Amino acid sequence: MKTVRIANGQAFWGDSPAAPIAQVRGGDIDYLTLDYLAEITMSVLRKQYERDPDAGYARDFVDLMSEIMQECIERDIKVIANAGGVNPQGCAQALLDVAASKGISGLRVGVVTGDDIMAQLDGMVGEGVPLQNLDTGQSFEEVRDRIVSANAYLGAEPITRALADGANVVITGRCTDPGLVLGPLVHEFGWRWDDWDLLAAGTVAGHTIECGAQASGGNFQGGWRTMDDLAHVGYPIVEVSADGTFVVTKHPGTGGAVTTATVTEQLLYELGDPATYLSPEVTADFTALQVQEVGPDRVEVTGARGRPPTDSLKVSMAYPDGFQGAAMITYAWPDALAKAELADSILRTRLKDLGLPLRAIRTDLVGYNSVHGRVVPPEGSDPAEVVLRVSIWADDPDTVSRFAAEIAPLVMGPPGFTGLLAGGRMRPSRVMAYWPTLVPKSVVDPQVIVRDGV
Amino acid sequence: MRLIDVAHARSGDKGDSVNIGLIARDRSDYPLLVREVTAERVAHHFAGVCLGEVKRYELPNLGALNFILTSALGGGGTTSLRVDAQGKAMGEALLFMEIDV
Repeated sequence: MKTVRIANGQAFWGDSPAAPIAQVRGGDIDYLTLDYLAEITMSVLRKQYERDPDAGYARDFVDLMSEIMQECIERDIKVIANAGGVNPQGCAQALLDVAASKGISGLRVGVVTGDDIMAQLDGMVGEGVPLQNLDTGQSFEEVRDRIVSANAYLGAEPITRALADGANVVITGRCTDPGLVLGPLVHEFGWRWDDWDLLAAGTVAGHTIECGAQASGGNFQGGWRTMDDLAHVGYPIVEVSADGTFVVTKHPGTGGAVTTATVTEQLLYELGDPATYLSPEVTADFTALQVQEVGPDRVEVTGARGRPPTDSLKVSMAYPDGFQGAAMITYAWPDALAKAELADSILRTRLKDLGLPLRAIRTDLVGYNSVHGRVVPPEGSDPAEVVLRVSIWADDPDTVSRFAAEIAPLVMGPPGFTGLLAGGRMRPSRVMAYWPTLVPKSVVDPQVIVRDGV
Repeated sequence: MRLIDVAHARSGDKGDSVNIGLIARDRSDYPLLVREVTAERVAHHFAGVCLGEVKRYELPNLGALNFILTSALGGGGTTSLRVDAQGKAMGEALLFMEIDV
């Protein structure tokens, strides 16, 4: 019986550069999927694109492909990546340039566009599409003038078009993470767009591997001490059958483990209502999934159920929303806590004297209670050291700079100011806020272009 | 007994909400989780941290519960000043909860 082996080699931009190479060289796979786009990555890429019209995509992906392109083409491993950012065509051109300069033949790049809906926002507002914040219910009017990027989450369907047209690398912009996996499955097995349970199974398979090694021993709360060789952790692979059942596994000889516990943690990751996992092509239901070990580092997942999707697509927009800065100072025994608290109080008095317009200020004692707060009370009241961290949020960068100038003078406060953890004077960092919303599917029109190398 | 003795957890963010997946280490302990770890008790455990509400979903098929805590990340994502802006450690904070066996 035919199975399709789909590997994940990148869970986020900045994930291990070695992981995708290990996925290609560690054994047989049919597809390599790579995820580069976090919620606000698009706004960063849009800035790069505005400065340089040849930029605006994940450069790391091009560097990676220049290393593995030849092997992938020779071994017929297809690569699906949302590395296109705000400039999928530029990303494709960079790959074509790599192929040309290295004399690699046979590259055929599919480019998915149409996720960028910036140009359609005014029209939608005119037609009465509310575009309100999905999480907070805030009105779009509050941020409309500040929006710098707006991208709809496309699904698997345009990817299947690119594959049907013979692409061996598919580059998308904003796309759902599970879509990178569902696309190849629909293409390989010829699933229909109303085979709801199969589409749900492919979506669950994608959800299982979209966060890379989180399915195979990374970030494993249930037994991190028992995970061997996390330095060489194997990233996950799904072996999917035509009936939608799939086995989660990893290459032999790699670190970590694939167990029912590691897979279950990942199934629950960033899950909302488990009966209603929304995606562009199907609404998946996790409540009948069964997870069982069928061999060493082999876990079978069955029982996905699906139903028709909604008529909306999720959109993520980004807008600048002020500036932040955080200062960190280490205080040591004796009375480390009392010193940190006195320094914080001096700092806050001076900020008040200055009348700085702060949107928010927060004090944390790192190494003491900064993560769990009072939920897990810290033990003892006289730690050997604590780090005072004071962070602020303001509308303008000058306020953050003025705040920064008040940190070094704290050396004349309580004794034992041991220097600034973050190096020199902090610089204001721009905050890009995230605006999730929904748009009618009818306003988004994904396009696919396939381009040949030499 | 604390939850950490019978369960493991993974948490993650969605905007200003955090989700916590709580999984029985031994499937036979799942009914204990259902009985002891109610949405009300989780809200009480995270009082002052979760400023919104707690919703609980049951997944007996996975021996797991899924909790959504709204208004729990100080604004969430990129705007939060929290050290743990994405709630990555909140699953472990839940495991500190005392339960009656």
